[in-house]
Amino acid sequence: MDWLFEPFEHVFMQRALAACVLIGFLNGFIGGFVMLRRMALMADSLSHSLLPGLAVGVLLFGLAPAGLFFGALSAALLVALGAQLLARGSRVKEDSALAILYTVAFSAGVILLSFVKVRVSLLHYLFGNILGVSNQDLWVAYGVAALVLPLLVAAERPLQLLLFEPSVARSQGIPTGLLSVGLVVALVLTMVSSLQAVGVVLLLGLLIAPAATVYLLCDSYTALLWGGGALGVVGSVIGLWLSYWLGLPSGASIVLVLGAMFCVAYLFSPRYGLVPKLWRSRHFHQESLARWKPEGQSEG
Amino acid sequence: MSTHSLQVEDLTVSYRRIPALHHVGFTVGCGNCVAVLGPNGAGKSTLLKALSGLLESETGKVRFHGREMRGANKEFAYLPQREMVDWDFPTTVRGVVEMGRYLRVRWWRRFSKEDRAAVDAALEAVQLSPLQDRQISALSGGQQQRVFLARALAQEAHVLLLDEPFTGLDQPSQEALRAVFRQLRDQGKLLLISHHDLQSVPELFDRVLLLNGELIAEGTVAEAFTKGNLERTYGTRVFSGLDHGLAV
Repeated sequence: MDWLFEPFEHVFMQRALAACVLIGFLNGFIGGFVMLRRMALMADSLSHSLLPGLAVGVLLFGLAPAGLFFGALSAALLVALGAQLLARGSRVKEDSALAILYTVAFSAGVILLSFVKVRVSLLHYLFGNILGVSNQDLWVAYGVAALVLPLLVAAERPLQLLLFEPSVARSQGIPTGLLSVGLVVALVLTMVSSLQAVGVVLLLGLLIAPAATVYLLCDSYTALLWGGGALGVVGSVIGLWLSYWLGLPSGASIVLVLGAMFCVAYLFSPRYGLVPKLWRSRHFHQESLARWKPEGQSEG
Repeated sequence: MSTHSLQVEDLTVSYRRIPALHHVGFTVGCGNCVAVLGPNGAGKSTLLKALSGLLESETGKVRFHGREMRGANKEFAYLPQREMVDWDFPTTVRGVVEMGRYLRVRWWRRFSKEDRAAVDAALEAVQLSPLQDRQISALSGGQQQRVFLARALAQEAHVLLLDEPFTGLDQPSQEALRAVFRQLRDQGKLLLISHHDLQSVPELFDRVLLLNGELIAEGTVAEAFTKGNLERTYGTRVFSGLDHGLAV
């Protein structure tokens, strides 16, 4: 069993493992909400808008994690709220407003990073490096998980009403405005804490793929959330392990594993998979054929 | 006037300052099945949504059992049009019905025996107990309507506001839904149902409420569902085969 455990004898791999478990679970869990609220594209824009925040953070405070954290956090919140303001104040719809704001912010980030004196590579922020996770990064992830998860679990039912029927939820006195803002803030916090590990571009895969996979496998809201979390952990750990043995970039390898899981569910999910569906329709066809055949006639 | 009634006084509802309902007022007793009728844009949905608190009203008061209703409340339940629902949502028939209890149970509390019993009873009342573990897209149109009815029952709502529940249903589903409506009416619920097929009104409903931006008439089918009232409601666009169904 050495091949299984050997990678985790290294301290940097142990830290990476802890990060995988934390971040994988957090992203997979919150991904269920993001998918049902149809916020996947919004999440993508938000993840890209983290970049200028990071750049400003580096310019002002160097590479201190706290500076990076608050820089990224404020940039994403600014873009999220700015898009809502733009959409409310004009004919432009929210998705277009977001598209403008996040590409502008991303470009600003690229340019700002070119002024940074400290040696940082753009690639590092785009694709992350889970092997370079520091203790502070882990503490940030712990903190975010400890804050976000209990709140989301406590608000599971009203959130379900909000996701299922926003207007009815509002009419029943559920604070839908507060809940949706809370969800966006939780999402941004999760993203910022995952940044070091998977980077701006790959974040979205870790967020959506586990939830989308579980969505193909079950019909329960609670199972979607917890199953998404569990799958996020499993996928991240397998991805990390493979990246060690095959010498692959860790973030990309994690997202590839999650993508492969999604493909398997897409093809073979007993209820919603492509293959069982095709098989069933053939089966159904034979059944109805048999029913229409006059009695006594043998199968041809 | 009995206090077991819904009283609407001077209700005006606007979209972006353009009124869709003008000064509507009526009183209906509980234990009735009321058709809300009118041409497209007459404010049928608007009335239902305003009563359920989905839309803000500009003026007017709504009283139920003599008590003024403001904002969110558990007595009224709005049942959305079928197209408005995400049927792929990961939930089962029972899951949707349980949502009716969410307002009664604190966010983080577990369901009590009483809550589970209420959900069971609601499923039983609409004859969906055998299908309770089905995902909601794997139901027929009539069954989907009944799921939301059951949710309203689990909520213990007394006024049920339904937006075009009969649309797109075949004859047997329509019959099954009507049977459930009758049963609820006999239990003393008040059902306000927007509807557009005039021919089926006399067999489906006890009372009618005719709207065309304002209230044209309200009363029992015999009193109010008259040719004159319908012409005033629909202008000249009255369905020609209508006379068969009329109670005049």
